Amino acid sequence: MAEQRMSPRVIIVGAGPAGTRAAQACVQAGVRPILLDEGRRDGGQIYRRQPDNFTRPYAKLYGSEAGRAQALHETFNGLKSAIDYRPETLVWNIAGGQVWTASATYADAIPFDALLLCTGATDRLMPVKGWQFAGSYSLGGSQVALKSQAVSIGHNVVFMGSGPLLYLVASQYVEAGANVVAVLDTAPYSARIKALPDLLAVPSVLWNGVTLTMKLKRAGVAVHNGVTPLEIIGNADSGVSAVRFRTGAGTEQDIVCDAVAMGHHLRPETQLADLARCAFAFDPGTRQWLPERDSDGRSSVAGVYLAGDGAKILGARSAEASGRLAALAALADLGLPVDKGEMTSLRGDVGTYAKFARGLAKAFPWPSHQASQLPDDAILCRCEGVTAGDLRGIMRQTGAKEANRAKAFSRVGMGRCQGRYCGLAAAELIAAEADIPIEQVGRLRGQAPVKPLTIAIGDDQ
Amino acid sequence: MSGASDVIIVGGGLMGSSAALFLRGHGLSVTLLETDLIGRQASGTNFGNVRRQGRPIHQLPLANRAIAIWRKSRELLGADVEYLQSGHIRVCYRDRPELVGSMEDYAANARMEGLDLELVSGNVLRDKFPFFGPDVLAGSYSPTDGHANPRLAAPAFARAAARLGAVIHENTQIVDAQKVGEDFIVTAADGRTFRAPILLVTAGAWGNALSSQFGEPVPIVPKGPTMSVTEPVPYAILPTVGVMTPLEQETVYFRQVARGNIVLGGSTRGPSFPDQYRAYVEPQNTVSQLKHIRRLAPSLGRLNIIRVWSGIEGYMPDSQPVMGPSATTSGLYYAFGFSGSGFQIGPGVGETMAEIIAKGATDIPTEPYRVERFTTQA
Ligand SMILES: Cc1cc2nc3c(=O)[nH]c(=O)nc-3n(C[C@H](O)[C@H](O)[C@H](O)COP(=O)(O)OP(=O)(O)OC[C@H]3O[C@@H](n4cnc5c(N)ncnc54)[C@H](O)[C@@H]3O)c2cc1C
Ligand SMILES: Cc1cc2nc3c(=O)[nH]c(=O)nc-3n(C[C@H](O)[C@H](O)[C@H](O)COP(=O)(O)OP(=O)(O)OC[C@H]3O[C@@H](n4cnc5c(N)ncnc54)[C@H](O)[C@@H]3O)c2cc1C
Repeated sequence: MAEQRMSPRVIIVGAGPAGTRAAQACVQAGVRPILLDEGRRDGGQIYRRQPDNFTRPYAKLYGSEAGRAQALHETFNGLKSAIDYRPETLVWNIAGGQVWTASATYADAIPFDALLLCTGATDRLMPVKGWQFAGSYSLGGSQVALKSQAVSIGHNVVFMGSGPLLYLVASQYVEAGANVVAVLDTAPYSARIKALPDLLAVPSVLWNGVTLTMKLKRAGVAVHNGVTPLEIIGNADSGVSAVRFRTGAGTEQDIVCDAVAMGHHLRPETQLADLARCAFAFDPGTRQWLPERDSDGRSSVAGVYLAGDGAKILGARSAEASGRLAALAALADLGLPVDKGEMTSLRGDVGTYAKFARGLAKAFPWPSHQASQLPDDAILCRCEGVTAGDLRGIMRQTGAKEANRAKAFSRVGMGRCQGRYCGLAAAELIAAEADIPIEQVGRLRGQAPVKPLTIAIGDDQ
Repeated sequence: MSGASDVIIVGGGLMGSSAALFLRGHGLSVTLLETDLIGRQASGTNFGNVRRQGRPIHQLPLANRAIAIWRKSRELLGADVEYLQSGHIRVCYRDRPELVGSMEDYAANARMEGLDLELVSGNVLRDKFPFFGPDVLAGSYSPTDGHANPRLAAPAFARAAARLGAVIHENTQIVDAQKVGEDFIVTAADGRTFRAPILLVTAGAWGNALSSQFGEPVPIVPKGPTMSVTEPVPYAILPTVGVMTPLEQETVYFRQVARGNIVLGGSTRGPSFPDQYRAYVEPQNTVSQLKHIRRLAPSLGRLNIIRVWSGIEGYMPDSQPVMGPSATTSGLYYAFGFSGSGFQIGPGVGETMAEIIAKGATDIPTEPYRVERFTTQA
């Protein structure tokens, strides 16, 4: 019974920059990976492709990143025949060395020797009173509307929050001809000055950021720094009608608008790593729990690798490097020859981007205090309609001060989004209310399915 | 010595929490010790069925005692545990017509214990509850059964007990228990000790670790039932629904909560890891559960599930708990191993154990649950 070892079974989840570069490294090593993505097309978030019937040019769609977008898409096109690419395929669970997928009602379980999770990020949101009204969007959602459908989320749009995406999406809206009424940044301008030494780690990206701000100013968009968002004014029938905020100087102001795009940079999609039983550690810099990994992307679980923004928010360029690096690490662990020198240089690249990311975290700090200051009547968990006051009351009644415990009693984070949008803010509120450090609140345990799964699953088998 | 009291309870699930409340009612001082947080294991993860129908006839007096407590839970606990007397329907499929006879026999015997059931044909059921699929042959309807929220129940009992003076230590895992003279001395993992002349073990799937220390090992098997929940949809399904069948695979059930989510449970159970306090859902069990749910109620196939989970439950070979006094050690009592159906009877178990401990006897039949059935050779 001669052991005829076939080519190793490598599965990559996510066809963004990290997953694409990982797939390319596999193909170059003679391995045909399976590449799974729930999206209809490759490209991931930043290099999201437009639908087939749209023909906007790269420069218009991707701005300063047009060259990188085109290079990545072309790489992907070249790989297609050498990989087993399965679009519109959701990975909903991982167990027993198998990845569980759903494609419409078709269910499959695919075994792997190495699994690369390149699952990307979603918006990090801070609740604001009134954020449940129609017309409130995440920054990511408003960008998707523009990139894939070429539509604006409203006639008069306010951008509120913080982080590089705030300026990027606002200026993409300006460029597309939408009326951007104001950009309200919770970060004080001084934070950016303090962050400069770290931001200079990647001068070209820093320069991109500076030009964005200049572009907005030139277009006459009011940009306020150091604001405190107070309320999104509106009603259930007609949606958003204005945004109320306190300026850095302390005066209250209303801005009339019919749509708000909100976000505070990003949070990684770590649910699959959690289901694969990877160990997590608290990251004080971002105040988030992140899956542990070594410098090459090895998680705490043998055979499971993490790369791109799904492991830690380091941006698209870093995703390309860390995706390739994690694939090389996986291939090396599988006994295939890899270029050790290239791995060293990729590690250096990722280190540089990590420095830049630290700068971003300093320049656009997560306003954790905003969660504890949420008025009692503000909705904290939109899926379940739980207010800040509900959670506070339940904490007083039950003594709950652990994330999963508070969820069990209050339903915060128990809805359709599984705490993606309210979980981080809820943890801040709990920490403030219980007067304990945020890491003691713990993190919401990931549960399958990572996205809603049809009960009709397997019906056609 | 960290504390002395009349009774030590090890295990803060629904059994331990309700026993603590009722022991306080008898005026005994109580210390309740829990490894984790109150009611996070089986009692906090179960399906939430508050159902008498289907229990062995000898268990109905205990179940009746429990239902009386569920009905007054709001006043008793000062908290809403979402108990709803919404009815319970047990159905059988066309390929097992013989089960209709079993349902009739069961209904006749249950009536003598005060539980009224109504047998209904599949067509009448489908008229009233259009979600039932064509495979459903007949059903047995229990208007006085229902459901409650397991996440809220045991903690509410424990808070009520604490208000009456019970001392509760969470994050306290008992690793050793001994009888020294007239007292039990139990020791926590961090070295703290607690002393009392009476020890009640309500440690769920972990019960054997403690009973073994008193020479009474029992063949308990930990398993994790498979649970799922849908996104919220308009509230339309009042009763809890379950399938009667000899096959574990086919045994599925569902209920809709007032918020709108439909909770699904059953089919193949998964492995659980009591040492790690974790149970995992096997994805193939989710897929098979959903298949059997579609057979029971095809229209649910249009919905999505948003979360799955499991919990650690201790199963005995005869599906009956170990409940009553120890046969080796005076002052020692057990109530564990509820074999997948302890939620409904939980408050009744607490009240009955408190009665046995405080008064030395109870009218509730507990003969089938004696620990000796496993420890003495026939
Ligand atoms: C909405 C949004 C907009 C952004 N816009 C910009 C921008 O304009 N400029 C910028 O510099 N950065 C932007 N970012 C940051 C961006 O995430 C990254 O820098 C970059 O896309 C990271 O690449 P990645 O390969 O790690 O992940 P992504 O590009 O996000 O790719 C992840 C892929 O994984 C797939 N996936 C995830 N989970 C599953 C699953 N369970 N099953 C199947 N497939 C799955 C997703 O469909 C996605 O295609 C944006 C982020 C978000 C969330
Ligand atoms: C997924 C699932 C679904 C179910 N569905 C239903 C249903 O619909 N209807 C129904 O009637 N029943 C159902 N059951 C069964 C029911 O939940 C249990 O029978 C019941 O909750 C048992 O309660 P308990 O207090 O004995 O156990 P548990 O709730 O498990 O409590 C035991 C406690 O003891 C603690 N403990 C253990 N060892 C120690 C130690 N050494 N020191 C300190 N503390 C210790 C544990 O941490 C635990 O909290 C289900 C069970 C599960 C898991």
